[in-house]
Amino acid sequence: MTPASVVCLFFVFLVPLAAAGLALINTGLGRSRSAAHAMLASLLAMAVAAMVYAAESLFVRGQPLDGSPASLAVLLQMLGAGLAALIPLSSGADRWRLGASCASAALLAGCTYPLFAHWVWGGGWLAQLGANYGLGHGFLDAGGASSIQVVGGLTALSVTWILGPRRGKYATHGAPAAIPGHDAVIVVFACFLTWLGWLGLNAAGAILFTGAEAGRAVPIAVNTTLSASAGLLATAAISRVRFGRPDASLCANGWVGGLVASSAACAFVTPAGAVAIGLAAGVLVTFTVAYIEWPLGIDDPGGAISVHAASGLWGVLAVGIFARSADGVSGQWLAQLVGIATLIGLVLPLTYSLNWLLNRVYCQRVAPEGERQGMDLYELGAGAYPEFATHNEEFTQL
Amino acid sequence: MKVLGFLLLLAGWAIAFAAVVLLRTEIQRGVFAMAGIAVEALGMILVVRAHQPPKGQSE
Repeated sequence: MTPASVVCLFFVFLVPLAAAGLALINTGLGRSRSAAHAMLASLLAMAVAAMVYAAESLFVRGQPLDGSPASLAVLLQMLGAGLAALIPLSSGADRWRLGASCASAALLAGCTYPLFAHWVWGGGWLAQLGANYGLGHGFLDAGGASSIQVVGGLTALSVTWILGPRRGKYATHGAPAAIPGHDAVIVVFACFLTWLGWLGLNAAGAILFTGAEAGRAVPIAVNTTLSASAGLLATAAISRVRFGRPDASLCANGWVGGLVASSAACAFVTPAGAVAIGLAAGVLVTFTVAYIEWPLGIDDPGGAISVHAASGLWGVLAVGIFARSADGVSGQWLAQLVGIATLIGLVLPLTYSLNWLLNRVYCQRVAPEGERQGMDLYELGAGAYPEFATHNEEFTQL
Repeated sequence: MKVLGFLLLLAGWAIAFAAVVLLRTEIQRGVFAMAGIAVEALGMILVVRAHQPPKGQSE
């Protein structure tokens, strides 16, 4: 193994921290009566996605796991498939059955994710847009803003549509009821974990998939941090102006939105460009979280559609706007636009169809009794916090 | 409405892809690719409307 591979392996080992962060965010933004279920579902989704992706790599595509740079890419993609599978859990919180979420994770890791990841990172037609049609350097995405975040976000959107809103969410004249998360502390703590995870994800992705040298990890880390910081500050400022004080859960979403948006362009932009990308992502997250809930009527408890799909799409487009091209090649923005059209026009119908078919053979939504009791008691037989009194309003309100 | 929306999403992608394959200048390609995105936006509107919860839902 070369020294560069060892450095890259270190970055890959940081990626599970991003998964831990996302799992904690999903849990904290859900209800206390579904907390253990959310954490277990996250771990199971990671496990299922990793196994399905590894099996597909070994037996379908015949990729060796022998310590070569190619096998390092398989390892990173295995973790990437797991990350993508975690994202829909946020949208399906409090009503998505454990078995169904595992089956959906298997479909994502076995069909949707490898297909798009191959197009972008495996020398597929999106990567070849530059060579074949003269569009810049082809579709560029260093850290997986499209193949991990947007694919996961669009799957989250599909799952939300198929499951429908939580009981009581749109009870009165269609207007949404506020169902706040149960633990802001773990949500904010999770932001620190995602930071570390994203530093590894972006650096490893840039080295393995865009041919960046290991020394480029420093500017990539700077850009990732600046983008996340700008996203957080934008969200804090906007929520301070709109609501009179910064909103902790919205700020956490702004931070992760900045990280997500940084992924595609982290290896190609200046620090000023990274700040602009993060600021725009923060603004985007703040307004899309509210707009998706009302008037669009999409019940997304953790804001995954805004944070991962919307910010990811912005990050992909930002490569075409902010990327520095030393060789003066034009048309990069067009390659990114074709990638966005592919995500919305092909990946969304595909992931919706797969989850719709799954729902036909295995009902994904828990029974009404399960929603009333909480997913912990109904599916796991015990609550996450048995020593604490249950909030009465959780049972009487809905 | 839902099926029509998804068909529009596919049609929008086909327009954007065809623009890159069939046209030559960057301006032509850009205009047609954005037209494809606009068709996808119409498809998204239909799909979103088809999934909106009914008003006055009791649960």
